[in-house]
Amino acid sequence: MLSILKGIWVILSHTFRRRVTVQYPDVQPIMPPRYRGRIVLTRDPSGAERCVACYLCSAVCPVECIALQAAEDEHGRRYPEFFRINFSRCIFCGFCEDACPTYAIQLTPDFEMGEYVRQNLVYEKEHLLISGPGKYPGYDFYRMAGVAIGGKDKGEAENEEPPVDVRSLMP
Amino acid sequence: MAVIYIDNRPYTVKDGQNLLQACLGLGFDVPYFCWHPALGSVGACRQCAVKQFKDEHDTRGKIVMSCMTPAADGVRISIDDPEVREFRASVIEWMMINHPHDCPVCDEGGECHLQDMTVMTGHVHREYNFPKRTFRNQNLGPLVNHEMNRCIHCYRCVRFYRQYAGGRDFDALAAHDHVYFGRSEDGVLENEFSGNLVEVCPTGVFTDKTLKRHYSRKWDLQTAPSICVHCGLGCNTIAGSRYGQLRRIRNRYNGEVNGYFLCDRGRYGYEFVTGDSRIEQPLARPERSAALERVARGEALQRAASFLRDRGRVIGIGSPRASLEANYALRRLVGPDRFYLGVSTEDYRMTAAALKILQAGPARSPSLKEVRMADAALVLGEDVTNTAPVLALALRQLVHPKADAAAKTFDLPSWSDAAIRELVQDEKESLFLATPAHTKLEDAACQTYHAAPDNLARLGFAVAHRIDPASPAVPDLAEEVDRLAEEIAAALVSAKRPLIVSGTGCCSEAMLQAAANVAWALCRRGNPALLSLVLPEANSIGLGLMGGGDLQSAFQALREERADTVVVLENDLYRRESAAAVDAALQLAKHVILIDHTRHAMAEKADLILPAATFAEESGTLVNSEGRAQRYYQVLLPKASVQPSWRWLGLLNEPASGTADEELFKLDGILADIAGELPQFRPILEIAPPSGFRMMGQKVPRQSPRSSGRTAIDAKENVSEPKPPEDPDSPLAFSMEGDEGLPPPALIPRFWAPGWNSDQAVNKFQAEIGGALRSGDPGKRLIEPQVGAQPDFFQTVPTVFEPHDGRLLLVPLYHIFGSEPLSALSRGIAELTSGRYVALHPADAAAQKIAEGDTVQLELDGISLELPVKIAASLPPGVAGLPSGLPGMEHVALPSWCTVTTILQTPPLAPPQNGEGVGGGVGAQS
Repeated sequence: MLSILKGIWVILSHTFRRRVTVQYPDVQPIMPPRYRGRIVLTRDPSGAERCVACYLCSAVCPVECIALQAAEDEHGRRYPEFFRINFSRCIFCGFCEDACPTYAIQLTPDFEMGEYVRQNLVYEKEHLLISGPGKYPGYDFYRMAGVAIGGKDKGEAENEEPPVDVRSLMP
Repeated sequence: MAVIYIDNRPYTVKDGQNLLQACLGLGFDVPYFCWHPALGSVGACRQCAVKQFKDEHDTRGKIVMSCMTPAADGVRISIDDPEVREFRASVIEWMMINHPHDCPVCDEGGECHLQDMTVMTGHVHREYNFPKRTFRNQNLGPLVNHEMNRCIHCYRCVRFYRQYAGGRDFDALAAHDHVYFGRSEDGVLENEFSGNLVEVCPTGVFTDKTLKRHYSRKWDLQTAPSICVHCGLGCNTIAGSRYGQLRRIRNRYNGEVNGYFLCDRGRYGYEFVTGDSRIEQPLARPERSAALERVARGEALQRAASFLRDRGRVIGIGSPRASLEANYALRRLVGPDRFYLGVSTEDYRMTAAALKILQAGPARSPSLKEVRMADAALVLGEDVTNTAPVLALALRQLVHPKADAAAKTFDLPSWSDAAIRELVQDEKESLFLATPAHTKLEDAACQTYHAAPDNLARLGFAVAHRIDPASPAVPDLAEEVDRLAEEIAAALVSAKRPLIVSGTGCCSEAMLQAAANVAWALCRRGNPALLSLVLPEANSIGLGLMGGGDLQSAFQALREERADTVVVLENDLYRRESAAAVDAALQLAKHVILIDHTRHAMAEKADLILPAATFAEESGTLVNSEGRAQRYYQVLLPKASVQPSWRWLGLLNEPASGTADEELFKLDGILADIAGELPQFRPILEIAPPSGFRMMGQKVPRQSPRSSGRTAIDAKENVSEPKPPEDPDSPLAFSMEGDEGLPPPALIPRFWAPGWNSDQAVNKFQAEIGGALRSGDPGKRLIEPQVGAQPDFFQTVPTVFEPHDGRLLLVPLYHIFGSEPLSALSRGIAELTSGRYVALHPADAAAQKIAEGDTVQLELDGISLELPVKIAASLPPGVAGLPSGLPGMEHVALPSWCTVTTILQTPPLAPPQNGEGVGGGVGAQS
């Protein structure tokens, strides 16, 4: 008898406690910014694609769900000709983000990726590419790299001397 | 054998090595940059430092460069000493000071020796914060990309390009910390071996420009051991593919054959595999006059079966560029007496003569390693730089007699490269060149002689007579030729390993006979002479050993109505015989079946075309001009209905035999049949393990363990991954799964070892650094000399060449880029291919008032050609040169007599034509 009353008391007391259940999807949960959800490709501050198609994300991917092909524009800037992530295989480990030398590939807090058809989980570059820099607003890989691209000649990157004049004998 | 102590443990090493070589050979990881097993030591980069101790009581020791210290008996060193480790880490830190932040966009990334060495020494943090030095790049042509910022100034590139390969247009320029490796101005690298800079450079200064158009990292490439198909030498290559496309060719070390280097034709000629002229579907004509249209595979086979119903009236035309298996399958389909080799009468005669000389004579046909170890050489009539380029590279490395002697006097080890070059100075090695015109090997030769083919043969006979008076004397020999013959004979006789090089280039049997006489005369004296005969195509020797008639006898069979159906295997007959002859013969055939991978003139005559696999899509065997049979393996899956020629021919054979001959459809089965039926090919069973071979129960993987994208590559079409394809023909798997151990040498799909991602990982695959691969270099020789035999000397000495009045002797000139049809379809090579021309001696040109650039008409044997003129002073008077096999050139049987008439004179102020045909015979002379 006493135990029944005790039980009813516990249940009733919960009426006045804070609720744990989130009324998803009516209420959207707020995920931490470093949550590992949907993968995006970002752009650098100038708006150009950050991905230089170095293949490191695809190499590090433990389920091998990233495939891409490198290409180069007429000014020497590298970009992926296609970039495909098979999210039906992705385990959201975030290794690709760790491996990315240009902050191009980033995992976002968006986790709503459910599909009825598995084929729809194959994302191409147009599905992955966003219009902003994501979590790292300031970084531009080509400002640091030694290669010349359109709009940035040799010696114009950060911390670079102007190109050597090979014909000069001055010390 | 010497005993050295490394970190207080004794190890036995071979004498005459340096410490770096010895340590790497023992499996230790010592970082290095400037040392290269083929280039020797110069001690420039200071990276391979180790600590050397006086004796076991010495605790202080001194830091020495391991590449410059002999691994003498009793030497005590430490690789792990903390002080020397710190030294090595600081050396690499200095090198990295100016190295740009490029790895993600650098094609070398993932197979970069600098990356490997940086990781090995533990330099992980950059403390230098001052600005980096930058350089402008040069455009070095369509093959090699230049990114000078990445240079660490190890000097390997200039040492290879200038000293090893004999290039002159590339150097270390400028001074102090501005040293620049490049040309004095932008332009195509002139040397035929420039592609090796990509592998020689320890970082990404030189990268493969053709790979850049379809770039893949090394770890993503599906690779398999392959053999180069672009000349007769059979250099070993690693073919790499990705997304079902052939992406690049790299060198595959074979100590006996190509060693560390390839020529540019072999490295960059691969793009024909993915080119526009590939045949990817069976094509057929409903009737003779109709256009070709696509048919299904089953229908194509049905049609073929109906064409082949009367088997007694079918002839087969094989090809020296097809594999042994394909030629054998054709021979089996049509029967040995109706199988023809598909080569011109001249080629047929030359190959037969060369084979007879090599098989009946006492002179051994050398491997390229033996060429590099020879100490005197005579090249008779062959422009090796353009017909067998890597042989030319090997001839540049002849053992220098002076270097040998001086090294003994001064106690210099053979690897001490800079010191030996200092001693030798400008003295030439004992290399004698006798060719119709200028060749690019001449800067390495001590004597050169240009003459008409008959006169070159006469020089050969004269040398043989000087060596052994029993060989025929040469009447009416000019005095200076006699003196030259005497000099050559003296050099060859005094050499320990004399070498004679000749070949089919001049289409002169007398030349081969003269070369044989020289070699045999030396053998009679007890000198173990080597005789290297250059043959034109990848399987010329294999086809010669198989036997069959030439193309004219095939045409004869059609004319005599002994046959009415022709099966042509991977062969463009219009390159073999004159268009009129081929047209006339094919007109007589009721049905023509062509099995080939690339479209050419024959496609217009074929009633049925079956799409064949290229070297990258099939496994097979080729026999190189040394007589070495070598296996190449499929690297990628062909498009739907493409399959190996031997499999097509097996399928065609099936209905007639009545039973389904299952084994004929596998490589092992056809190999067993070849070996069973033709005893001369028995060793081909031993050149590589059979398809049932397993390592730890698994196949050898074609993909690296890092290979990426397996679950995404095909996901666009279908998200469910397909089963990996099976390979019934080889012990290699289209997968990353398999045993990671050391495969047998014939099956090495890539050079990689933990911590060694670059090509330098080959160190871990060699039994001895720079020597043979572990368990021996792959390939088996099918031709051995008759040691001790004393065959009769060839007696027919040609008469002195007399220029005919008003007529010129037209001889073939060869171009590394263009004379071989498949590589000429590749984009980079096509850009470097020379235009058509005819080369005339200045005196002959002046006699008819012809100037450079004029268009002339050549009349010969009923053929008339209109060509622009190049003046070539090196040609002998009365001789004209015609480039052989350039795209769009009609076949002309050479050498033959022609008349020249001017039809168009260029205005005198027209700019001179130059810059054409970088590797070109006469075009590129200085």
